[in-house]
Amino acid sequence: MLKTFLIGFKDLRLAFRDRAALLLMLLAPFLLTIGMGFVTGRFSGRTSGISDIPVILVNQDNAQLGNALVDLFNATELADLMEPTASLNLETARQLIDSDEAAAVIFIPEGFTESIIPKDGQTLSGEVISIEIYANPSRPTSAGIVQTIVEEFLSRVESGSIGGQVAMSQLITSGRVAPQDIPAVGEAMSERLSSSTTKPVTAIKLKQNEVGGEALQFDVLAYLAPGMALMFLMYTVSYGGRTIIAERIQGTLPRLLISPTSAAQILGGKIFGIYLTGIAQLGILIFATTIMFQLKWGDTLGVIVLVLAAVFGATGWGMLITALARTAGQVASVGSAIMLIFGILGGSFVSLENLHPLVQNLSKITPNAWGLDGFTTLALGGGLADISTPVSALVLMGTVLFIAAVRLFNRQGIAQR
Amino acid sequence: MPNILEVKELVKKYGDFTAVKGISFNIEEGEIFSLLGPNGAGKTTVISMLSTLYTPTSGDATIGGHSITKDPMGVRNIIGVVPQDLALYEDLTARENLVFWGQMYNLSGKPLSARVDEILEQIGLTDKAKNRVKTFSGGMKRRVNIGVGLLHKPKLLFMDEPTVGIDPQSRRAILDTVKDLNKQGMTVLYTTHYMEEAEELSNRVGIIDHGGMIALGTQKELTQQVGQSETLILHLEEGANAEALAKSFNGIKGVDKADASDHAVTIICPEAEDVLAAVVGKANEQNVKIRTIDIREPNLEAVFLHLTGRALRD
Ligand SMILES: Nc1ncnc2c1ncn2[C@@H]1O[C@H](COP(=O)(O)OP(=O)(O)OP(=O)(O)O)[C@@H](O)[C@H]1O
Ligand SMILES: [Mg+2]
Repeated sequence: MLKTFLIGFKDLRLAFRDRAALLLMLLAPFLLTIGMGFVTGRFSGRTSGISDIPVILVNQDNAQLGNALVDLFNATELADLMEPTASLNLETARQLIDSDEAAAVIFIPEGFTESIIPKDGQTLSGEVISIEIYANPSRPTSAGIVQTIVEEFLSRVESGSIGGQVAMSQLITSGRVAPQDIPAVGEAMSERLSSSTTKPVTAIKLKQNEVGGEALQFDVLAYLAPGMALMFLMYTVSYGGRTIIAERIQGTLPRLLISPTSAAQILGGKIFGIYLTGIAQLGILIFATTIMFQLKWGDTLGVIVLVLAAVFGATGWGMLITALARTAGQVASVGSAIMLIFGILGGSFVSLENLHPLVQNLSKITPNAWGLDGFTTLALGGGLADISTPVSALVLMGTVLFIAAVRLFNRQGIAQR
Repeated sequence: MPNILEVKELVKKYGDFTAVKGISFNIEEGEIFSLLGPNGAGKTTVISMLSTLYTPTSGDATIGGHSITKDPMGVRNIIGVVPQDLALYEDLTARENLVFWGQMYNLSGKPLSARVDEILEQIGLTDKAKNRVKTFSGGMKRRVNIGVGLLHKPKLLFMDEPTVGIDPQSRRAILDTVKDLNKQGMTVLYTTHYMEEAEELSNRVGIIDHGGMIALGTQKELTQQVGQSETLILHLEEGANAEALAKSFNGIKGVDKADASDHAVTIICPEAEDVLAAVVGKANEQNVKIRTIDIREPNLEAVFLHLTGRALRD
């Protein structure tokens, strides 16, 4: 076990002494992120890559809270991000999702407001009517943004209404407010909710507001930076795989095999080295973009877990490529090809939402797609629980690929070929 | 002295090609044993099997009582190996290489760092310890390569042609190191295709050719096989028919054996002076011009020539 670590750390050190490798591991994704950031206007203050999300609002509530939500989606601050349309019929609205003309439908049922703010002189029924969101599965990111905004709205309603209710019942019992004044108080409350001037609207803004930061729009870099990092993570894992073959040729692998170190320890060490290098790479890129572009990657624990899982999945691919290749050159060329294919398939260049459903399904074999899914969720304010699907998928992917690769290595022997 | 190494009928096939054809020999504790043979003889293949890198096709060997086929881990702990080709991390410094390999031999902490200092001193690279190996000369790299093999103080050290392709000064240093190590009690198996190295270093020599052991013993025992013969080498002018000349020498009284190679005829005879006149006479008869004549005392080269009809170096 100890030797496995020692071999891994040795490889980490060697990777960071290889200038060409550093260039591709760190500089290339960094520069491409900046480059694409310029293309999409991130640095010129224009709007983000994801914009004009088509969302349909079906407001059958037609009371204060329902109207407040509609107003929120029509607020000027969200004008770039959202393209809301009103519809009266839920069925027709849902058909727009099926035909991919809408990213999400927000259904506000009748009586929604009343279930929270009692009408004049009435008491609460105790039963809350819920808002329903219909998400377009082929536009997970856009639908996710819509959902986040609605959830944020609801959480404000909740805290407002609970606080409000308690306050109101206290005011009534203490005799300071007459029951007939209650609707006015409710109105003031819903005004507060929809006023986007006092409260910023997107999840990212809200998150920042909580820690007292300034308001930002959905940051396109939060999509570009992980996309590039994940793409060049594929370079790193194939680079690591290449060192297995290189060590065989330069004689250090045979030398390891005749030392009192088992073949399993050696292979384990080489894999661990790839894993460590990948983690170091993503860690540095995340750190650098955080410092230099004030990029918010999101929940720290979530980011750590996702990095560990993404590198694990990618390392599995690196091992498989190495086990199948005969020469270091083959690993390098196959590795570069896979890096690009996975980069495109995984959404590093073009958001998956714009791609054919077949491609979207195919993208599920790439660590890029899952990783990007997870990073976007985190950047939009999600936590560890929200990325359980991509994390599980990445771990499963890594496990399957590892088993396959180790079997191939066992059949061939890692020393002789 | 007991045997530290016992090799029994080792065979190695690569596909249809048999690289090692049933080799057997023993090495006593404390000796330097040389495997002498030309390129492609099978020296590296033998070392690879003994160091547990390749499994033999058949046969076995025991090292310190551990079988190379049944207990390879037991073997690995007591042997040190200096491979023929450099096996180092060029982007690590000399010291980092030694530390890493020491760790692979289960050394750690203070003892490891003390041992690394000792080795650096021994291979004369203390000053360069912090330089990356890729900045080293060929001879310096070879010295690090040797140092790695010594870290865990192996009982038996395999050195596979450690002096190939380096300058005479480094070569001298390496040969002296081998002798020093042996004086300190290390048993050494040394392979080479330089007869002089085998002669200088070893207590006993095994001559290996085409995968077979064709002679084995002390240098004295081996030279006695060719009798007290001397070797007479005639270097001819270009274009001379060496074959025909060699054939005509076989009739001369006092010539045991005459062989032709490119532009040269090698004659084995009890006393070179006795046949010299007749040999030169024959050459004159055939109008062959002789450029130079070498006379050599019995040596391993002569033994190899005697046994194979070929020179050690092509
Ligand atoms: N992996 C291999 N596959 C096939 N043939 C091999 C392999 N390794 C060695 N050989 C062949 O086996 C024979 C012995 O090779 P080996 O390397 O043991 O010779 P050697 O005595 O060490 O030669 P040298 O002095 O050149 O190092 C050679 O003919 C070589 O071509
Ligand atoms: Mg060899």
